[in-house]
Amino acid sequence: MKVPEVNLKTALEQGLTEDEYQRILELLGRVPTFTELGIFALMWSEHCSYKSSRALLKQFPTTGERVIQGPGENAGVVDIGDGLAVVFKIESHNHPSFIEPYQGAATGVGGILRDVFTMGARPIASLDSLRFGSFDHPKTRWLVEGVVAGIGDYGNCVGVPTVGGEIYFHPSYNGNILVNAFTLGIAPKNRIFLGRAKGVGNPVIYVGSKTGRDGIHGAGLLASAEFDETSEEKRPTVQVGDPFMEKLLLEACLELMQTGYLVGIQDMGAAGLSSSSFEMAGRGGAGIVMELSRVPCREPGMTPYELMLSESQERMLLIANKGAEEKVRRIFEKWDLEAVVIGEVTDDGMVTVLNDGNVAAKLPAKPLSISAPFYHRPMRKPGYLKDIAQFEPASVPIPSDMNQVLKSLLSSPNIASKEWVYRQYDYTVRDNTVLIPGSDAAVIRIKGTTKALGLTVDGNSRYCYLHPLRGAMLVAAEAARNLSCCGATPLALTDCLNFGNPEKPEIMWQFDQCIKGMSQACRVLGIPVVSGNVSFYNETFGSPIFPTPTVGMVGLIDDCRKHCDQWFKEEKDIILLLGDTRDELGGSEYLSVVHKLERGDPPALDLSLEKGVQETCREMIGRGMARSAHDCSEGGLAVALAECCFHPRRSFGASVELKSSSIREDALLFGESQSRILVSVPRQRMKQTERLLDKSSIPWAAIGSVGGEALRVVYGGEVLLDYPIRELHHLWSKALERLLFSKEDE
Amino acid sequence: MKFGVVVFPGSNCDHDTYYVLKEVYKLDVDYIWHKQTTLSSYDCIILPGGFSYGDYLRSGAIARFSPVMQAVINFAHQGRLVLGICNGFQVLMEAGLLPGAMLRNKTLKFICQDVHIRVEDKQTPFTTLCREGEVLRLPIAHKDGNYFADAKMMKELKKNHQIIFRYCTPEGTLTEEANLNGSLDYVAGICNRERNVLGLMPHPERYAESILGNEDGKRIFDSIITYLSKEK
Repeated sequence: MKVPEVNLKTALEQGLTEDEYQRILELLGRVPTFTELGIFALMWSEHCSYKSSRALLKQFPTTGERVIQGPGENAGVVDIGDGLAVVFKIESHNHPSFIEPYQGAATGVGGILRDVFTMGARPIASLDSLRFGSFDHPKTRWLVEGVVAGIGDYGNCVGVPTVGGEIYFHPSYNGNILVNAFTLGIAPKNRIFLGRAKGVGNPVIYVGSKTGRDGIHGAGLLASAEFDETSEEKRPTVQVGDPFMEKLLLEACLELMQTGYLVGIQDMGAAGLSSSSFEMAGRGGAGIVMELSRVPCREPGMTPYELMLSESQERMLLIANKGAEEKVRRIFEKWDLEAVVIGEVTDDGMVTVLNDGNVAAKLPAKPLSISAPFYHRPMRKPGYLKDIAQFEPASVPIPSDMNQVLKSLLSSPNIASKEWVYRQYDYTVRDNTVLIPGSDAAVIRIKGTTKALGLTVDGNSRYCYLHPLRGAMLVAAEAARNLSCCGATPLALTDCLNFGNPEKPEIMWQFDQCIKGMSQACRVLGIPVVSGNVSFYNETFGSPIFPTPTVGMVGLIDDCRKHCDQWFKEEKDIILLLGDTRDELGGSEYLSVVHKLERGDPPALDLSLEKGVQETCREMIGRGMARSAHDCSEGGLAVALAECCFHPRRSFGASVELKSSSIREDALLFGESQSRILVSVPRQRMKQTERLLDKSSIPWAAIGSVGGEALRVVYGGEVLLDYPIRELHHLWSKALERLLFSKEDE
Repeated sequence: MKFGVVVFPGSNCDHDTYYVLKEVYKLDVDYIWHKQTTLSSYDCIILPGGFSYGDYLRSGAIARFSPVMQAVINFAHQGRLVLGICNGFQVLMEAGLLPGAMLRNKTLKFICQDVHIRVEDKQTPFTTLCREGEVLRLPIAHKDGNYFADAKMMKELKKNHQIIFRYCTPEGTLTEEANLNGSLDYVAGICNRERNVLGLMPHPERYAESILGNEDGKRIFDSIITYLSKEK
C-alpha cells in the first residue's frame, strides 16, 4: 500500500487545523510521517485532548478529605472507610450509538467498565443516562431498542448489574442521541493502579483481544465533528464489542493486580494503542519504545498507521516489573488470553514506534498527552435566551380538569415508568442490590461491611437550555437530593458534559455557564467532582442538542439497614412535605406536555435551604422516622405523590389537603419548585418527628395521610384531584411500552 | 459437608453462590476451575449462573465440553447432588444430565424480574423442607429460559414427577401472565429421574439475606443442607 504524502491537505483531512499542523512542524522541526500525523490528529482531537474544555474544567472543586484521586486518571477514587475505596466515572458514547445503536451502546459500557477495573477495582454497579429524540421521529424506536439491548447484552454478560439510570425524550436529540454510561467499582484503598509508565527497562505488555481494522478514526473523526449527510458512511468507525472477552480480561487483570507484578495499566479505549502508550509515558514522565510486529493482529498486512489508530475493544496496555513477564503471561493464559511483551519503558520522554525494526513514529510523549494544546474559545450569550425569558404565566390558561392533566403527565414518556427498559438489565447479579431500579436512587450494599452506597445519574437539559447556570446547579442539587431520599450522604460526583459544537461562541457560553453553576452547587453542598468526560459536537446539520450536563453521584450509608425507598408502605402513615412550594411554572414538564411551551426561568434554587432539607431527610431516615422519602421533580407534587403510591407489589391511595394560598392550582400540583421531599411517617413517630423538624430551620407541613383507593388532593377546600390509584398505576406502568410499540404497522 | 462452585470462563454468579454458602451459611466451599477433573471431596456441586463462554453458539453449549463436565457427570452418576442455576441449568441440559432445552424467552428479550414459583414436589434433596404448593419469590435474569421438551419427554417428566418448580402468581395459580418466559407447562425447574440433579432458572442465591429484601432462596439451600446432614 502506498503511504500518502504528508502535507497541509492530508493534515486537514485527518481533522487537524492549519494552525495545529504548523505547530506540529515547529515541534518536530520536520515533516511528520503519515503514521505520526495520524497519531497527532487523534491525540489532539477534541475527544482525546479536551482542547476546548480543559481550561474551563479547572473551575470545578475537585478536592475533599475523602478524595484519593481526582480528575485526570481513568476514573475518580474516593475513600469510603473500612480500608475500601470506590472508583467511578461516567462517559459518553453518543456519536457511535447514533450511527450504530447496539454496538455503540455496548462498547460504551465496555469502555467504562475498563476505565474502572484498570484502576484495580472490581466493577459492582452500572447506571446509564440516555436521551433520545421525540417519539414521532422515525428513528427513535430503532435507536431505543438498539441502545437498550446493547447496554443489556454487554453488562449482563460481564455480570455487572445495571442498577439505575434515566431516560428522556426530546426533539433536540432527534439527530444526536446521548448515551452516557456510569460504572462504579470497589478496591482496597491502598491498591489503586494508575495509568503511568515507570521504571526504565520494565516491559510494556499488550493483553486482551487482537487488533483489527475496526474503530479507526472513531475518536478523531466521528466523535470530534458534527453529524451531516456523510455520517452514515462513518459506520465502520464504530467498534464492535465482545463482552465475553471483557469478562476474561476483567478477571485476568484483577488476578494480576493481587500479585505485585504490575506497575501501571491503561485501557486501549479511544485512540487505542496511541492513547495508552502516549498517556502512560506522559503521566509517568517516561518514554516507551515498542515494536508493532509483535502486536497480536486479526489480519495480516495492517500498517503502522492502522495499528496505532485502531480502536478494537477489550485490550489493555500494561507495564510490569522487569522479570515478571512469564508470571504475567501465565495469569493471562489461564484465562485463555494473550499477553505479549511489545516494548519497554525508556527515559527519553519519547514514544518510539518500530515496525520490523524501522522507526514508524518517534514523538515526544507529553505534547501529545498531558501538554497537548488547548484553546480559550470565544463565548457569547445566545440570542434565544432573550426570547424564551419572555414568559407571562398569566397567559397560560389553568386547566379545568386536573385529573386529566395528571393522567397525561403520568403517561408522558419522560415521567412514565421505565420498567420496560430496566427489566432488560440484570440488576441483581453480584448479590448486592438492596434497592432496585425505580426509586430516586439505587442502593447497593458493600459486602464485608455494614455500609451501602446510594447511586444516581441525573440531568435536566430543559432547565439547562433555559438557564444554563441555574440549570446545572439544579442538576447537581437534584442528584444529591435523590441520594438523600434513600438515606445516603453524597460523597462525590462524576460528570458527563454533552454539548454542541465548541467552535460556536454560544455553545461555549452554555458550557462555561453550566460548569459555573455545577461548581457553585458542588461547593455549597460539599461534593467534589472526581472524574468526568466532555462530549462536544453533538449537532446535526448545525442544530445542537440542548446543553446536557449529566452527573453520576455516589453517596454513603453507614448502616445499610437504614436506607429508604420512595414507596408508601402502611395505611394511615402521615405524609409530610419538606420544603416550600412556590408559584413556579417555568421550564416544567407540565408546561411542555400540556401547553407545548418550553419557556420561562427554571425554578429558583436556594442552596442553603436545599442543604437543610436534605440533611433533615437523612436524619429522619437514619433515626427510623421515615417509612418512605421521595423528591419532587418533573411533574411536581402531584406526580411525586402518585409515584409514592405506586409500590411495585401493591398500590396505596393517599389523601392530601393543602392550605389555600395565592399559588395557582396548576403550579401547586405540577410546578417544579426545588428542595422538596415527600416523607411518610408512622403516626406513632409523629411527635418525635415534629420535634426534630421544629428544631431544623426548614419549612415543612403535614399534608395528608396514606390510604384509600384514590389519589385525592384538596386545595383550600376544593377537590383538585380525585382518581383511582390502580388506574393511574396501570397508565403509568404501561405508557412507555405503548408509546414505543403502538404505531407498529401504521 | 463440602460444596463446590464450578467456574467456567464467563460464569458470573459464581461469586454470589460462593458468598451465600461461605458467609451466610458459614459452610465449607471451594471454587472449582473448569479444568479440574476430580470432585471426589465434595458433597454437592453447583453450576452457577452467568454466560459461560459468552453463551456463544447456544447457552451452555460450549461449557459442556469443559474438562470438569465429565467429572460432574460421573459425580451425578454416583448419586451425589448437582444443582444448576440459570446458566448452570442450561449447561446441565446440554450435558445430557437433564432433559429438554431452552428457547429464547417469548418476549425475545432478556428479563430481569422477581417471579413466583410453586414447589410441585418435595421428594428431592433440594426441596425436602418445602411444602408442596409452597410459593417462593425469586428473581430471574435470563434471555433463554423458555423451557421446551417434546411430547414424549414431557410425558416422562410428569409421570416421574420431575417437574419441581412451576411459574405461578403470588397466590400459586398457574397463568400465562406469570409465565414470563413462556416455558412449556410453566416449567421453572426440573430434576433427573434419580432426583439428585436439579436445574432451575430463578436465582435462589440472590434472595438469601434479609437485607436484600427476601430470603425465599434459603428454602432451597436449607433443604440441601438438611438432606446432606441427615445423610452423613
